Amino acid sequence: MKEHIIVRIVAKFFTPFIQLFAFYVIAHGDLGPGGGFQGGVILGASIILYVIAFGMDEGRKRISQKVSDILVSTGALVYAGIGILCILAGGAYLEYAELPLGSHHLASHLGMYGIEIGVGITVAFVMITIFFETAKKERTDS
Amino acid sequence: MIDILLLLIIVACAIFALFMKDLLSATIILGVYSFIMATIFTRLNAVDVAFTEASVGAGITSVLMIAALSRTKRYEYHYTKGQRKKPSALFSKIMSLVLVIVTGAVLVYGTLDMPEFGDPEAPTNQHVSPRYIEETHHDTGINNMVTAVLASYRGYDTLGETTVIFTAGTAVILLLRRKKKV
Repeated sequence: MKEHIIVRIVAKFFTPFIQLFAFYVIAHGDLGPGGGFQGGVILGASIILYVIAFGMDEGRKRISQKVSDILVSTGALVYAGIGILCILAGGAYLEYAELPLGSHHLASHLGMYGIEIGVGITVAFVMITIFFETAKKERTDS
Repeated sequence: MIDILLLLIIVACAIFALFMKDLLSATIILGVYSFIMATIFTRLNAVDVAFTEASVGAGITSVLMIAALSRTKRYEYHYTKGQRKKPSALFSKIMSLVLVIVTGAVLVYGTLDMPEFGDPEAPTNQHVSPRYIEETHHDTGINNMVTAVLASYRGYDTLGETTVIFTAGTAVILLLRRKKKV
């Protein structure tokens, strides 16, 4: 699709807005519908849109293989790490209210933010990875 | 009224997707199917589920299916006339029809014991829902009950789901990534 200028311009124009919406969905999971999973999928979709419009090589320039591989495991580690932090703070595993962040309500609220962000990172970069590895490489790159 | 219309559209989408020889069109029709399903979930006031269905079912699944199609063939394999008349092919078709009908009948039989939709006397509305509605804000400090259940009450499950997704990503990397030429 590299030669379609309309596709390219629209994709370039929309990508930041889709990503902003993705972050909004992750951050507002406690108030409205949404959360880490949906937001992560939207974030992954925005990057997949960019890759579809500009090609694999251009996409890999923006998000290198190494970075996306690291981020795939970072999300799951953030989630499990918050659980460990809860144990260190004196609670049970994933008992956010025990985190030393002011009141119990605030602590459990922030703990849930943390795990939503972890879920979002993992989901987004797993989607990107699956797309990059599954889609056929264009013949021109050989 | 509109619910019945939406359900009819879903059935039509499913039938079209089955009979489509062009797999790309079938993928797009499955995307439409998911999107209408999301509309039905919205009608049932299950906004979180609808959001997930719209972003995952209609959005990312279609893209990943198209990506998978780019590695295989776009059109379905056509049986030649000789292959279609083989008795074993006919037998397996009849057997699969019987299997589908039996499974469907069992599922319908299972729904007969379920309480009416929206019945206030149903066990879930008597026992589980009121507790979450009354206690969520006090227990967790947030207002969206769905998020509270996913992230706090059932935090282990969500950790497991994240691990499943992580495992899927790892498996795809292990199976499909090409090694660099030495």
